[in-house]
Amino acid sequence: MKRTAAALTALALALTGCSGGGDDSETIHVFAAASLTETFERIGADFEADRPGADVEFNFAGSSSLAAQIEQGAPADVFASASPVNMGSVVEAGYAEDPVTFARNRLVIAVPAGDPAGIASLSDLADPALRVAVCAAAVPCGAAAETALAEAGIELTPATYESDVKATLAKVTLGEVDAALVYRTDTLAADDEVEAVDFPEAAAAVNDYEAAALDGAGAPAAEFVAYLGSEAALAVLIDAGFEAPS
Amino acid sequence: MRAAPRRRRRVPAALLVPAIAGLAFLVLPLIGLLVRAPWSTMPQRLAEPEVLQALWLSLRTATAATAVCLVFGVPIAWLLARVDFPGRGLVRALVTVPLVLPPVVGGVALLLVFGRGGLIGSWMEDTFGIGLPFTTAGVVVAMAFVAMPFLVVSVEGALRGADERYEEAAATLGAGRWTAFTRVTLPLIAPGVAAGAVLSWARALGEFGATITFAGNFPGRTQTMPIAVYLALETDLEAAIVLSLILLAVSVVVLAGLRDRWTAAP
Repeated sequence: MKRTAAALTALALALTGCSGGGDDSETIHVFAAASLTETFERIGADFEADRPGADVEFNFAGSSSLAAQIEQGAPADVFASASPVNMGSVVEAGYAEDPVTFARNRLVIAVPAGDPAGIASLSDLADPALRVAVCAAAVPCGAAAETALAEAGIELTPATYESDVKATLAKVTLGEVDAALVYRTDTLAADDEVEAVDFPEAAAAVNDYEAAALDGAGAPAAEFVAYLGSEAALAVLIDAGFEAPS
Repeated sequence: MRAAPRRRRRVPAALLVPAIAGLAFLVLPLIGLLVRAPWSTMPQRLAEPEVLQALWLSLRTATAATAVCLVFGVPIAWLLARVDFPGRGLVRALVTVPLVLPPVVGGVALLLVFGRGGLIGSWMEDTFGIGLPFTTAGVVVAMAFVAMPFLVVSVEGALRGADERYEEAAATLGAGRWTAFTRVTLPLIAPGVAAGAVLSWARALGEFGATITFAGNFPGRTQTMPIAVYLALETDLEAAIVLSLILLAVSVVVLAGLRDRWTAAP
């Protein structure tokens, strides 16, 4: 019995990799917003190719979760946030200063391929026969949607307020809604199942993406943040549907 | 329920130490919540209409989901425990699929079946003009999907533990299988059924992933407490803690209230 318990404990430790190893100082731990996943993986690979010895590791999640993790002392060197609000909370808590805006993202109306409902403008969404998904106001894409709808003076009763932008888009991909308000980058990252319809009111609700090296991070972290402003990084971002910072 | 005084016997350290460590592991996160909770704003938060709306919706849907689990789960458990059919092992494994499946994936799977373009959903929409996604009924369906295995596993365990000779005796006295089930078996396994129902209810009450994926989030219609907590977490940690504690307190009161009455083991 005792031997079984000891064996089980050893097994649990082995399976979870509880060994506690040292950390390579050349590794840059980048905490980045989930919407940056594809672009940052490419930018990270380019950065590593540029600087032999540098090693970039990513932790992708919602900006608010990342901000909370950093404020609870997670070992991050760089924070890239999808919203100035979350970056602001990290700066206010004293973990970073002087964030830079490196990209912007704009809302579009995502519709199933071929636009079966014939949606051409934001006001078309007000049709009560349509089923629409938007993000909850608590997350950045929801706040942006609220601003854009207010700008257009449109009252919209969506079928659901989703918890994040990928879940909102998934409702279109699965055919459960006729349209959804998401970022342009999300519709480009999705396959040919969805199409993006641009609308002018989105200009009132453009999202700034900010990055900063965190306090105590080494020189490579600052270099990575600087690299985000390079021509090469911007080309990758624009390719994915982001816009250059103004 | 008070136990009769037992002879004092030394508790073996090999059991006591891990038991205490395990308890600490389970209880410490709760203490973490209690320590961080902004007690002063608690009454205000409780009085907020959206909080009460979400709480009431959670209690109603979790109870309805438990009823659904009982109606379908008890017969499944009986089949697994009492009828020897080919592929029984496979069926038993399939019943536990919702336990292993990440709830969000469960929600997507439900959409693929009951959604507007789903296998059954498209037919329901065309024939009756009703759809489950984004409705309160959809919340119940998502909850029942993830909670059902708890009921089936508990009840099957109770059935296996129950002495089959009582059922055989009932049969020799002329009772049919249905009569033997309702008059003899069910009363015998009542504590197991109650325990399974309590587990299912608790699981349904805490359900988040499958619910938000299948039923979405709309205040008053599909926004249950766990979804309200998750969204509060995006902006206000303290609000999220308060909401979690309210949900915890209500569930503990309900479960403790039931425990003495129905789930006390014989």
